Amino acid sequence: MLLWLRAGEQGAKSPRYRASENINDTPPYSQTSETLTPRGLVARKLKALSQVPHPKLVPMSPDSAIILVGILCAAACALPGCFLLLRRMSMMGDAISHAVLPGLALAFMISHSRASWAMFLGAVIAGVLTALFTQWITKFGKVDRGAAMGIVFTTLFAIGLIMIKQSADHVDLDASCVLYGAIEYTPLDQVILWENDEVALQLPRAALVTGSALFFNLVIIACFYKEFKLAAFDPALAKTLGFRPQLMHYLLMTMVAVTTVASFEAVGSIIVIAMLIVPPASAYLLTQKLPFLIGLSLIFASASAVFGHLGAKYISALGLPETSSSGMMATVAGLLFVPAWLFGPEGLLRNDLR
Amino acid sequence: MVTCWVQFFGEHYNTVIVVGGTSFLGATAGLIGTFLLLRKQSLLGDALSHATLPGIGIAFGISAWLGGNAKSLPPLLIGATITGLLGVLLVLAIRKTTRLKDDAAMGIVLSVFFGLGIAILKMVQKIPGQSSAGLDSFIYGDAASMLGSDFLLITATLAITMVACLLILKELTLLCFDDSFASTQGWPVTFLDVLLMALVTAVTVVGLQAVGLILIIAFLIIPATAARFWTNRLRPMLWLSAMIGGVSGGLGSAISAYFPNLPAGAIIVIAAAVVFLVSMIFGPARGVLPRTFRHQQLRKKVGRQHLLRSVYEILETSQVHTAPRNLPIALDRLREHRVWSKGELPRLIRQARGEDHIERQPSGELRLSESGFGEASRITRNHRLWELYLIKHADIAPSHVDRDADMVEHILGAELVNQLEAELATEEPAIESPHIIETETPSHPPMAVKS
Repeated sequence: MLLWLRAGEQGAKSPRYRASENINDTPPYSQTSETLTPRGLVARKLKALSQVPHPKLVPMSPDSAIILVGILCAAACALPGCFLLLRRMSMMGDAISHAVLPGLALAFMISHSRASWAMFLGAVIAGVLTALFTQWITKFGKVDRGAAMGIVFTTLFAIGLIMIKQSADHVDLDASCVLYGAIEYTPLDQVILWENDEVALQLPRAALVTGSALFFNLVIIACFYKEFKLAAFDPALAKTLGFRPQLMHYLLMTMVAVTTVASFEAVGSIIVIAMLIVPPASAYLLTQKLPFLIGLSLIFASASAVFGHLGAKYISALGLPETSSSGMMATVAGLLFVPAWLFGPEGLLRNDLR
Repeated sequence: MVTCWVQFFGEHYNTVIVVGGTSFLGATAGLIGTFLLLRKQSLLGDALSHATLPGIGIAFGISAWLGGNAKSLPPLLIGATITGLLGVLLVLAIRKTTRLKDDAAMGIVLSVFFGLGIAILKMVQKIPGQSSAGLDSFIYGDAASMLGSDFLLITATLAITMVACLLILKELTLLCFDDSFASTQGWPVTFLDVLLMALVTAVTVVGLQAVGLILIIAFLIIPATAARFWTNRLRPMLWLSAMIGGVSGGLGSAISAYFPNLPAGAIIVIAAAVVFLVSMIFGPARGVLPRTFRHQQLRKKVGRQHLLRSVYEILETSQVHTAPRNLPIALDRLREHRVWSKGELPRLIRQARGEDHIERQPSGELRLSESGFGEASRITRNHRLWELYLIKHADIAPSHVDRDADMVEHILGAELVNQLEAELATEEPAIESPHIIETETPSHPPMAVKS
């Protein structure tokens, strides 16, 4: 789906052009026009873009860009989601995605910019701290893990809200933008990966971010597959064999935190939470083998991303207005869960038939 | 005086409503949350509160379509209740009919309903003629916007919930502590579960507007968890949890009313979190410090009893034909008598000297004090009593009883000892060991493992 673009005039050496610099001077968060829908905004900006006199710049179609980003993000989330499911910690993704708020706010206050690296670092630290605090409260307070998780993430979220409100006058950070992100805006922010005189390789920046998250998750899981598997199915055995399940636990938590933060900075937290949980859960109902679990959940995740975006776009055929792609991706993931639940090998209807 | 209050009420009418409403909300949530916690379903509130969002969106859309004031509270709350209950029932259904566990079932419902809710909200915001600007307050909460009519609705719902909860207290208790027993006794467990969920839904829905759908979760979890550290009994826990919820609710909204830029929901959660932290550290029933202290005390007691009994047994074996007299013994004898962990023996001896049970002779040998000797013979006697009981009544071989007795003897109370004496029909002050006491380093597994 990458676009290889042909230069119009040979030999005409033109300055390196970044789409994001010219067309995207207002960041998507601080959308000024109330009346313009995200999609309308995209269309207008893309039109402006095509008028820029530059031979190389034929942008990727916004739909394929959104679908590409959606698939990469869904796959990146579904990978650690499988192991969360097996360790019975599926709610951790939800907890982390709420709890990163103070990390984001603090990073913003310190660095006074929405520069990605500072926010990213702050959020990842907050995410790992969530896992750590939950562990401590469970261990030292002998509290049920669900309750401990609930306490930690609501408290951190509250702290984050207060920090944002307190600095509302001089901080342009909106809680809802942190939570929802906006996959609709991803086509606006394109990065030229590589170019020469003839061709330019161009990608949405969000695809780059979620793609690297996916890549890192793949590498980590490929490296520690055996350890993760053992720690997920039998932590006690893993410990006696010297595999340090605690270490694996924190590695998994870091993976979840990094993936969560990277993706929702790009596309919003709804997709992240849904893709961490729902595709692995659907796959879990269809298979009992770990490799199949991972493969199937990747398929479910990608399908949710594709059909979610198409659904959001073509729902107007039913007479309803267009709606948010991320919300629809989560909804479609849920819709895909239903047949697995009803018709899977040990599904509801199968049981009744027997 | 009365006029003074009336005047105060008149001036701060809004604040009074908000503070009253949130404390009541906190108290009810604390009450219901206790049952959720004991049923290990705390995060269900999370799934539930997210599942209310599509209902809010749909209700908004329908009443806007019908041409009414789309932001009036009752229809929105009804919509929220419907999808919220639907979500909870789905969680129960998924849990019952698949291999998926609690967390996954909740996560599925939470994320899918939330995504659907966002999609619906996006759609209804495009309905012309209706401003949906206030809908965000259901996500983040906006206690200050509570109106008098909202207050009435909220208090009425909460009062009904609280009364219902107290009416079925016995059934809920049974459900939380032993649901399989409840079902064998013929109680409708699933129905009770659904009833509890309905109560949770009522509190959540009513609390949405005040503290928002994320922070209402805190109201359901934190007070109950904090109360758990203070008591092991259900009734006190219920009252305490309701009190913590009420106080943090009132305090939080009062603070946010008098300081600018402090959202009430967040302050309430932080107030509750502070109470939780204090409870977790100092709570007498399960708090970290009291528990550590009790653990230390028990370890000291066990160590002292091991030391004194060892000394007594050495005295016995060295004076086979007479009743043991209190003679000094060498440290090395003690070291060989039992398996001690590294550094344990010197520590125990120091401790025993501090308690005046053992004194060091000028020759370097150890000697029991008057009180130490009495204590040692009492401990040894308890040990033997328990061993005899195990041999006679539990049919355990004499060579195996020592280790079992070693584990149990420390918690034998005076009453239990009397019972054992009656059971074994023995009143003798000293009892012979029912098995051979090995002193020299044993060739087979050590006679007693440190317990």
